[in-house]
Amino acid sequence: MTGKIPIAKTYKLFIDGAFPRSESGRTFSVNNPEGELIANVSQASRKDFREAVRAARAAQLSWASRTAYNRGQILYRVAEMLESRKIEFVELLKSIGVNSRSATREVEDSIQRWVWYAGWSDKYSQVLGSVNPVSGPYFNFTVPEPTGVVGIIAPTEPSMLGLISRLVPAIVSGNTVVVVSEGQSSLTSVTIGEVLATSDVPAGVVNILTGDQKDLLPWMVGHLDLNAVDISGISPETDLTLLEETASNVKRVVSRQVNEESLELISDFLEMKTVWHPIGR
Amino acid sequence: MGNSNFKDGSSLEDFGIEYAPAIESTSLVNIKDKYGLFIDGNFVDSSSGKSFKTLDPSTEKPLSVVTEASSDDVDRAVRSAGVSYEKYWKKMPGADRARYLFRIARHLQERAREFAVLETLDGGKPIKESRDVDLPLAAAHFFYHAGWADKLEYAFPQRKLEPHGVIGQIIPWNFPLLMAAWKLAPALACGNTVVLKPAETTPLTALLLAEVIRDVDLPPGVVNIVTGAGETGSAIVEHPEVDKLAFTGSTEVGKLIHRSAVKRNLPLTLELGGKAPHIIFEDAALDQAIEGVINGIFFNQGHVCCAGSRLLVQESIADYFIDRLQKRIELLRVGNPLDKNTDIGAINSLAQLERIDQLVKAGIDEGAEVFKPSCSLPENGYWYPPTVLTGVQQSHRVAREEIFGPVLVVQTFRTPEEALEKANNTPYGLSAGIWTEKGSLIHWMAERLRAGVIWANTFNKFDPTSPFGGYKESGFGREGGMQGLTAYLKNSGGHS
Amino acid sequence: MPTSTITFRETVSSIKVIPVDEVSLEARAASLATRSIKTTSKRAALHLAIRCMDLTTLEGADTPEKVASLCQKAKRPDPSNHGVPSVAAVCIYPEMVHHAVEATEGSNVKVASVAGAFPSGLSTIEARTADIADAVKRGADEIDIVLNRSAFLAGDEQRAFEEIVASKDACGKAHLKVILEVGELGSYDKIRQASVLAMAAGADFIKTSTGKIPQASSLPRVLCMAEAVRDFAQQTNISVGIKAAGGIRTAKQAWHYLVVIGETLGTEWLSPEMFRIGASSLLNDVLLQLNRLDSGSYSGPDYVTVD
Repeated sequence: MTGKIPIAKTYKLFIDGAFPRSESGRTFSVNNPEGELIANVSQASRKDFREAVRAARAAQLSWASRTAYNRGQILYRVAEMLESRKIEFVELLKSIGVNSRSATREVEDSIQRWVWYAGWSDKYSQVLGSVNPVSGPYFNFTVPEPTGVVGIIAPTEPSMLGLISRLVPAIVSGNTVVVVSEGQSSLTSVTIGEVLATSDVPAGVVNILTGDQKDLLPWMVGHLDLNAVDISGISPETDLTLLEETASNVKRVVSRQVNEESLELISDFLEMKTVWHPIGR
Repeated sequence: MGNSNFKDGSSLEDFGIEYAPAIESTSLVNIKDKYGLFIDGNFVDSSSGKSFKTLDPSTEKPLSVVTEASSDDVDRAVRSAGVSYEKYWKKMPGADRARYLFRIARHLQERAREFAVLETLDGGKPIKESRDVDLPLAAAHFFYHAGWADKLEYAFPQRKLEPHGVIGQIIPWNFPLLMAAWKLAPALACGNTVVLKPAETTPLTALLLAEVIRDVDLPPGVVNIVTGAGETGSAIVEHPEVDKLAFTGSTEVGKLIHRSAVKRNLPLTLELGGKAPHIIFEDAALDQAIEGVINGIFFNQGHVCCAGSRLLVQESIADYFIDRLQKRIELLRVGNPLDKNTDIGAINSLAQLERIDQLVKAGIDEGAEVFKPSCSLPENGYWYPPTVLTGVQQSHRVAREEIFGPVLVVQTFRTPEEALEKANNTPYGLSAGIWTEKGSLIHWMAERLRAGVIWANTFNKFDPTSPFGGYKESGFGREGGMQGLTAYLKNSGGHS
Repeated sequence: MPTSTITFRETVSSIKVIPVDEVSLEARAASLATRSIKTTSKRAALHLAIRCMDLTTLEGADTPEKVASLCQKAKRPDPSNHGVPSVAAVCIYPEMVHHAVEATEGSNVKVASVAGAFPSGLSTIEARTADIADAVKRGADEIDIVLNRSAFLAGDEQRAFEEIVASKDACGKAHLKVILEVGELGSYDKIRQASVLAMAAGADFIKTSTGKIPQASSLPRVLCMAEAVRDFAQQTNISVGIKAAGGIRTAKQAWHYLVVIGETLGTEWLSPEMFRIGASSLLNDVLLQLNRLDSGSYSGPDYVTVD
């Protein structure tokens, strides 16, 4: 080696715009395919999860009440920042075993996907909403609104495209999210968090917890202040009876194996609100 | 019963003018001694031989005996729906499905009075509501969805639309026929087949609808109607060959179904309870707001999931408004549901009556003041007078739990922010009402209220083109409108 | 100008005028119109409708004979049945007042005269008050004037108010009915505002219409006025009467009005002192319905008198 000894990055949690360590003090190790340690990653506890939900709830109303145009602008800007850190993401994916060509394509697809969803911010309402011709002297319209706070179990594979494909359709409409990311994909997730931290996305809109999904899933499904969960990323070994607790507050449960750009992923985290008003003098 | 009391204590009756007890004739309704299950196009007995009585809640007199579907019977119904799906319905062009729905709608219109009288007899709701609301809306739902059956790709362009297959549908007792229409019409329009269970206290109009379905020659098994209570419902929910569940009813039961469905990744839509805020600002059109509040809570005896059960009135007008409201309540006519002049009919069942009574007592224990009008109630049958609880705090049970009866709780607020905070402070989110003449305030409130249906300067309006359904614990999925179709089509977006 | 101590500022501005929602108001009126009446109560209702009726002729072609004939009908609507009460009043032009006074002498039937540049009200206030005073002098018990819609709609509510105050002064002991001409006001909000203005200015009755334009009385309009009357009574302790006029032709319509008044204002308004129906052809339909109650079979127009 000719240079200095490299300083390794500490992978921490991303909660409310900051990067705390887990309150439990625990970490887990992520190795490369050769079995060499890449990093020790913070292992989120249920208390970290609780804090993340709190942050997401606190951020939700103001995020949703920004104009659609503004949310779009903020999300476009994130795409620009991803673009400028392309090489870093390609290297990161390579370090966890993705071959060079696939890594490059995944990063490019991820940025494209981010742009695609960002562009929906001021359009999905026009496509999914309606003015309804009711039989009577009433003006009646239906508008989609964000569901609220969404828990996302990030797909582990592909780690970057998988997370972005779930994250952006949820936040573009004004939801805020708590992401649980495990294993090797944690590295990509935290790095995306670092991009978000320096972007204009307000603190708390996206919270990323790294750790063990089987530790955190029971807390996610049972948390009464989460309105919806996306469990598309759960591991096939998960005991699905765990999900019963989503009934405790009638959570919307999304499990959709879609790996392309999809308006449905936006509508998964929307509520349709219908407003009536009489027409008279 | 005729209790048109005025503030001076006199009434139209004292003046020598009485409203006629204008009793709707029951002669056009032919109630059978016993009803079978409607499976595979025929009325059949249960394998278990079990049955139960359905009665007229306004008299407690039995109307008929209805077959209780066992899990074997449900299995037969689901299989029939599955066979019918493959054999007829999946292959049938949308235009042909549309024609069947049109036929059902026309039959409902033609036999509307018969259905209305039967609905009132079996459920206790006033004839003027079953006649003017339930029946026209039920027919309209079939008409509206008939038109969609061959146009689905216009609603969801660029999607690989597909029906789910066999849908299990469970509906409540408050709008028995109308809820059947809300469930059946979109499911059939989208190409699904159905096993439907009406509520055990109000099965008769669904069974009459089964006759209509048979009369219009709908292929056997496309719609199966099984009667019974919770066990029958469970058999539908747990059946492995049901491809999707749709439930309207209490949040309590909805959560049980949610538990069962989620672990099997079974598509589900839920339309559950509510505790709707009805918000009156000081600048509102107050006379109409009074009518809105009356309609909001006393329509169908308050057995309405979207009932405006929490009145939030601006403190500056609270005394005036509550005084007006109480005077108006004195004019409500409680009594024989078949009387065309009746405003409030019978409570649907003894169990519901007891629940209402228990919650109101809890409210009084917690310090609420109770107002009931001076009307007398019939001796037989299940009755509860229109009731207003004032002095209610946000923490009281009556302010938080769904009463599902003719009971209004009253709270006050000072500012729009406070109104909003109180309105949204509930696990429910089905509907909300706003009364103000200030347009920008309507939009400000409507945008912030966490509820699926917002009625501004009106209340309890329904239409097949208008999506209906809740936020939060009031359920997910919509019924009605283009958005309602998503519940019955794969890959159409929405919760399904 | 008015000698009255009532001022616009002190009255109208202190009385809260509640806004009105058209759709919901009309729905409420329609629902009241679905009330059915008991057969045994029908006679009482029909008699009440007659007792509250202002039998009206307001034609340029009115003659003393026409008025005499109307008065005869007013006193004894059904010559063959003495049980049928007389109407509340006859309503005529000022020029016909003395004929009517003569023809109704000795009966309970009051003489109501339109006055004050009826039906537009657009002459000087001096001319109008003189017209009123003249009609009263000729013997009119009741004066029906019009609201100055020109001033009211132009925003000069004070002038509209003060003219009513002046008219009331000119009436002396005669009762003043103020016609709002609801069909010209454009909205229920304006009807309610005009109602409050007229009541505050001293009207004994507020009346819907002149009968001279197509848009006349309707159930929701009268409901709107009744709600204003109810709130005014509550706020001031002054009970003002209501007169529905124009387009009321059938006994069933009359019944609907009685229901609206009764349910909104209470039974104290169900009397000729507090409620009137201005009509011409209504009386015969009510008589036909009474005949049907007596005979049990449907009657025909040849069995009631044309005048």
